[in-house]
Amino acid sequence: MAHSPIVPQRVYWLVFTTLLLLTLVTVDVAFYDLGWLNIYLALALATTKALLVVLYFMHLKYSARLIWGFVGAALFWFLLLVGLTGADIFTRDWVPEPPGWTSGENVP
Amino acid sequence: MSAPMVESPRAWRVNYLNVSYGIRSWLFTTDHKRIALLYLVSVTLFFFLGGFFAVLIRLELMTPPGDLVQSETYNRLFTMHGVIMIFFFLIPAIPAVLGNFLVPLMIGARDLAFPRLNLLSWYIYTLGGAFTLAAAIFGGVDTGWTFYTPYSSTYSNSNVMLTAVGIFITGFSSILTGLNFLVTIHKMRAPGMTWFRLPLFIWAHYATSIIMILGTPVVAIAILLVGLERLFHIGIFDPKLGGDPLLFQHLFWFYSHPAVYIMILPAMGVINELITCFSRRRIFGYSFIAFSSIAIATLGFLVWGHHMFTSGQSVYAGMVFSALTMLVAIPSAVKVFNWTATLYKGSVSYQAPMLYALGFIGLFTIGGLTGIFLATLAVDVHVHDTYFVVAHFHYIMVGGTIMAYLGGLHYWWPKMTGKIYPEGWARFAALVIFVGFNLTFFPQFVLGYLGMPRRYHVYPDEFQVLNVMSSAGASILGVGYLIPMIYFIWSLRYGPMAPENPWGAKGLEWLVPSPPPPHNFDVTPVVTGEPYDYSPESEREHAR
Repeated sequence: MAHSPIVPQRVYWLVFTTLLLLTLVTVDVAFYDLGWLNIYLALALATTKALLVVLYFMHLKYSARLIWGFVGAALFWFLLLVGLTGADIFTRDWVPEPPGWTSGENVP
Repeated sequence: MSAPMVESPRAWRVNYLNVSYGIRSWLFTTDHKRIALLYLVSVTLFFFLGGFFAVLIRLELMTPPGDLVQSETYNRLFTMHGVIMIFFFLIPAIPAVLGNFLVPLMIGARDLAFPRLNLLSWYIYTLGGAFTLAAAIFGGVDTGWTFYTPYSSTYSNSNVMLTAVGIFITGFSSILTGLNFLVTIHKMRAPGMTWFRLPLFIWAHYATSIIMILGTPVVAIAILLVGLERLFHIGIFDPKLGGDPLLFQHLFWFYSHPAVYIMILPAMGVINELITCFSRRRIFGYSFIAFSSIAIATLGFLVWGHHMFTSGQSVYAGMVFSALTMLVAIPSAVKVFNWTATLYKGSVSYQAPMLYALGFIGLFTIGGLTGIFLATLAVDVHVHDTYFVVAHFHYIMVGGTIMAYLGGLHYWWPKMTGKIYPEGWARFAALVIFVGFNLTFFPQFVLGYLGMPRRYHVYPDEFQVLNVMSSAGASILGVGYLIPMIYFIWSLRYGPMAPENPWGAKGLEWLVPSPPPPHNFDVTPVVTGEPYDYSPESEREHAR
């Protein structure tokens, strides 16, 4: 059975410091309204932090291909969840309201 | 083959049951076989507790007016019945009991990959069960087992959070068991045990483990979000707070539909073993059955929206989910056709495990075919939330999973306990269960088609005859379930001792003594042939 290589301690400290810095950035940008960019920036920061944790703290970077396969499967499953939920949310308005129906705002 | 072979009295030898004694030896065991028995006791208790709630439901539905319990109480009864049966019996039953006992034995390993994690899984399950029991004692929960928002997150004043925490905790038990199985199957197979020499029971558990690991975290997150909305009024699902109630349904069913496959895939794994053994035939289409398990696990994640056809979900998404749901029928049908083809020209014998297996095929087929009705958009509008749905999923979960679980329990009981159960009583119980089950649930198809909605305790007079039939069937079914419990316990003390292979079956688990020694194999087995080698030569060899 293959073993993970010994990772120098400074790598962990570097990743830890980067995570702290990114957390500060996350908190800081929450106080600015960047319009449509808000959500994308928040997601980009969160994804970067998650990647660092998975790659270094969870040792994915040093793991066998089988482990990469399982992580890939988890990502694929996540995309299924988002994709098919999106298939509902983004197409709800495609069907026009039948004539004579009132929209939600007019209902007392 | 008639009755199972019985071994004459023999010299005392160490096995996993007599290697140590006392309550500590059980509560701190890391032996997968003992942990399987801990689960057996736990899930059996939950089964009878869930059954108790079912008895009250069926008693109430004997008459059209709500005369036994009030509507509030009735809501709590069907919710507790669903929560306990699904999360604490059906999901763990086969993987945690039979899977735990058999996965290492079938692949030639001495234990699961992480024995301590295995014990931790049982403790986590027990802790989750304790929370849910507490919720039941404090008055129960009334949201239905589906916890739909915003009722669960805003309006219900029952024990939503206590139950939700119980389910949340138990989910981790499921994830850890799945992880343990995956690592064990990948890393601990005996020399020569290639992927295509694995028993199909193992393939089924592999596919189940994938669902457990990838699906369970999503329902945990959904529960957590309900808690955030309920406790801190953070708007996620409640439209009044800016949330989307259908988002909860998406998250919930992303796990809870595949959860049906967590229940049925291991059941299918059991059926492979029973059909081959009791028809003395090689399995027909081994690789098709193996890959159909993986296909069911994968496709099962793409169909959840069929629970939401009438919820306000986009019609276009509904069409996609409807089409994808039809696809799941293909690998399911592959299995049924292959089991039938295995029986063809086999030397079929009708021992109790085989009666359960044959019952499974028939009942699962009815459950599966009525699933196609429900996957059809227009038909679903008519029967959605009626007793048709209740009948459909009971045919899968009870007619499928419980029949297979009982079949498996009978088949491996001599291996697990070293004792033979009374075959005549077992056949009688299998028939009682089959008759009781159909009398309970077939009338519910008709009730649903005629328009009786689920989750109401008051109904029009014209539905009474069918409801009385259903309640009568439930009482027969209840007796049917009690009989095996009685003779299994009886056999522990009075049953004849079992030899290592009472059925003349194939597989590594039958090469070790009954009950197996603590570390399963004194010498690591080397596998040189295919599974299910019931060829005439092999049969002659066994007869000698």
